[in-house]
Amino acid sequence: MKQSINKVSEWFLERFPLSDLWHDHMAHYYAPKNFNIWYFFGSLALFVLVNQFVTGIFLTMNYKPDAELAFDSVEYIMRDVDWGWLVRYMHSTGASAFFIVVYLHMFRGLIYGSFKQPRELIWIFGMLIFVCLMAEAFMGYLLPWGQMSYWGAQVIISLFSAIPVVGDELSLWVRGDYVVSDATLNRFFAFHVIAVPLALLILVFLHIVALHEVGSNNPDGIDIHENVNWQGKPLDGIPFHPYYTVKDIVGVGVFMFFFAVVIFYMPEMGGYFLEHANFIPADPLKTPEHIAPVWYFTPFYAILRAVPDKFAGVIAMGGAIAVLFALPWLDRGKVRSIRYRGGLFKKALLLFVISFIGLGYLGTQPATPMATTVARVLTAIYFGFFLLMPLYTRWEKTKPVPDRTTPESSLEERIPLLLALYDEIAPVEQTSRKFNPAGLKAVLIRFAKHLKESLD
Amino acid sequence: MNAQGVDNSKRQFLTAALTVVGAVGAGYLTVPFLSQMRPSAKAMAAGAPVEVDLSKMEPGQLIRVAWRGKPVWVLQRTPEVLATLNTLEPKLADPQSAASIQPASSANPLRSIKPEIFVAIGLCTHLGCSPTFRPEIAPHDLGEDWKGGFFCPCHGSWFDLAGRVFRGVPAPTNLEIPPYRYVTDNLMIIGEDNDEASKA
Amino acid sequence: MKKLLSLLFLMLSFSVQASGGGFDLESPDIDLSDYPSLERGAKYYVTYCLGCHSAKHIRYKRIAQDLHLDEAEILKNVAPLGAGIYDQMHSAMNAHDAEKWFGTTPPDLSLIARSRGADWLYTYLKSFYAEPGKPTGVNNAVFKDVAMPNVFWQLQGTQIAVSKTVDGHEQVTGLKLERPGQLSPKEFDKLVNDLVNFMVYVGEPVQLERVTMGKYVIFFIIMFIAVAFLLKKEYWKDIH
Repeated sequence: MKQSINKVSEWFLERFPLSDLWHDHMAHYYAPKNFNIWYFFGSLALFVLVNQFVTGIFLTMNYKPDAELAFDSVEYIMRDVDWGWLVRYMHSTGASAFFIVVYLHMFRGLIYGSFKQPRELIWIFGMLIFVCLMAEAFMGYLLPWGQMSYWGAQVIISLFSAIPVVGDELSLWVRGDYVVSDATLNRFFAFHVIAVPLALLILVFLHIVALHEVGSNNPDGIDIHENVNWQGKPLDGIPFHPYYTVKDIVGVGVFMFFFAVVIFYMPEMGGYFLEHANFIPADPLKTPEHIAPVWYFTPFYAILRAVPDKFAGVIAMGGAIAVLFALPWLDRGKVRSIRYRGGLFKKALLLFVISFIGLGYLGTQPATPMATTVARVLTAIYFGFFLLMPLYTRWEKTKPVPDRTTPESSLEERIPLLLALYDEIAPVEQTSRKFNPAGLKAVLIRFAKHLKESLD
Repeated sequence: MNAQGVDNSKRQFLTAALTVVGAVGAGYLTVPFLSQMRPSAKAMAAGAPVEVDLSKMEPGQLIRVAWRGKPVWVLQRTPEVLATLNTLEPKLADPQSAASIQPASSANPLRSIKPEIFVAIGLCTHLGCSPTFRPEIAPHDLGEDWKGGFFCPCHGSWFDLAGRVFRGVPAPTNLEIPPYRYVTDNLMIIGEDNDEASKA
Repeated sequence: MKKLLSLLFLMLSFSVQASGGGFDLESPDIDLSDYPSLERGAKYYVTYCLGCHSAKHIRYKRIAQDLHLDEAEILKNVAPLGAGIYDQMHSAMNAHDAEKWFGTTPPDLSLIARSRGADWLYTYLKSFYAEPGKPTGVNNAVFKDVAMPNVFWQLQGTQIAVSKTVDGHEQVTGLKLERPGQLSPKEFDKLVNDLVNFMVYVGEPVQLERVTMGKYVIFFIIMFIAVAFLLKKEYWKDIH
């Protein structure tokens, strides 16, 4: 028995480089040993991708891409199909989770300079994944054929008509009808279940191949391959397997915890993951009072609304995404990691984060004159961060970068510290804990000081 | 990296433990996915028992009703047909319906509750085509021996008018008889029999 | 944990859903494990709503199952005459007639609790008031100029509006019971509460099951994290 198994595996390995693949990409792929919490989101994105593929396939078995049937077929899945509700919630929550994970993953790249030389191509592939993901999410959102699906698609497709000369023809061509209709639904379904997922899969493959060619960056932004031992192995590197496989499994577990909490206790997430108006079937004759895209599109939607001209608005929205592609060449800083960058960059980054979150919030709200003014300021900051980057990164005063990585304290090592903070805010008095305002104040002041120091 | 003090047995134990927990979790997770491919509540609603009104049936007439999406035949057999059926036994593969599927109430040579009304699922037990109803005697395409019955055009199986399969054809067993019961003499329910009705 | 969750839920649920156009919304007492209330609600739905509004995404069989009722019982007590156990809650009215009578087709209400929210539904159903100029003789404080008549007028009695002028517009700020109906206000509130409870159930029949199941799933995931964490710690001894 054992002999025949050996023979079969031998036969297989002579014809397929399985052990080489395992060796090159897992067991002897050296990753920096100082990865922190930010480095979980790459593997989590892959995990969510698998979730979306599997749940998506099963949803397709009962979903009907037909304007007459689509809405009812979704409710059919939610009620009549055994466990259909779980599969559907896994898919709808997974869509939002995908963007949470991907935004955090991109932010990681931003703060540790993972987009900088020699990882520009990884960043480009990643940006292409992001664009595909947006297309995938946008087209998927039409499929439930509720009011928000319908009018959201109507608004976004109408953006194409802003393009001079060919605009009207183009939006007509995208819809395949004079309004969003059965034809639009059917083609979006085709793109959502076949074309875009295929492109995503290929891009993810390229993203990882490019990453494994140059190796992973790390929170110190240094090249671990510059310090090697007598065997040629990086001193600050550890094999991806088993060290990061076991670590990422913990990350996946924690992710699943939050994922399950949302699925089982708040699948609508207060109207952010599943919008209330989308429980009304699409009605081409009646627009809902207030339409907003799903939360992950709102920063870009807010930029669109902030610009008073239709065409310029479309350009600004497209530009907000396009400018990210140019990031590796906009940043002239000498060091990668935020730990050793100058205060100028840190302050700019803080402003950028505020503007992005602010725009995201404003995008969910109705456009009042006040909100529009704020959105304009934030849009200016958003673009300022990128377009002024060649200037302020050239002037910034960087700190000296160490040769070796700084040790990263693990979560369990931080627990005593957190407990000490908790004791300060709510000290134990006799048997019960009591809230201590002075302690909270002290903690907040320390935090603010720390923040200010780290911004310099 | 230091390799000192590595407790390999602890690692093996924890790896095994995580594998078990993970496998159990994955096992549970497959349940929703696999069971969502079972018939849904809608399919079950479509599979609900159906009523058949027999008052307008004429001798020799065959009506088709859908039950669980399958064709169900209800045939009114004439006395001549019943007489012929009794002579066919030597040519049949399973005259006593020992290896065939039918409710207890139809486990008799004529395979029905009342001899004159025959009910069967109109799908060949070979590969599921629906046989054609050929009541005529000795048509030229089926030959001299044909005494009226059901002929499956897909692979040439022969059944008599009690749904019994002839010898030497591909179909292994007689046609399946669905559960059915009479509410009144002229009203029949297909999809539940007396046992089930008394249980509910 | 549960408290924390519900707090988080509360914080998130002040979204676009709850808007009654300036009229304060009242909250009903929603308890999906109160089967008698749900059964009464189902009965009220069939009596007062089903004439015009279908709830085509729910089957009587499902209601029987979820409310632990006998199938024969639900057909006798709840479902309209002639309905089968597998039937969905279809309305007897056809869309064409409805269009003629009300100028609009009464919407299907399977998902109304999910799109409008329980508070809105509860307040809406209680907020009809007499306004002689209207074709139905009533208007609604939450849903202005609604085409729907007050189906509860015999039970609730007649309400009149108390209005105030705000920014030059007359606005309904409260309602006063002018002529009492067959039920006391308290009994009527309970009836509407049962009905809304049922509507919330119909909006997502699986929600009770979902919440019960969640505990086990989350417990299992925590176990998984614990074992995975121990394994990680064991391996990472090499590095620290």
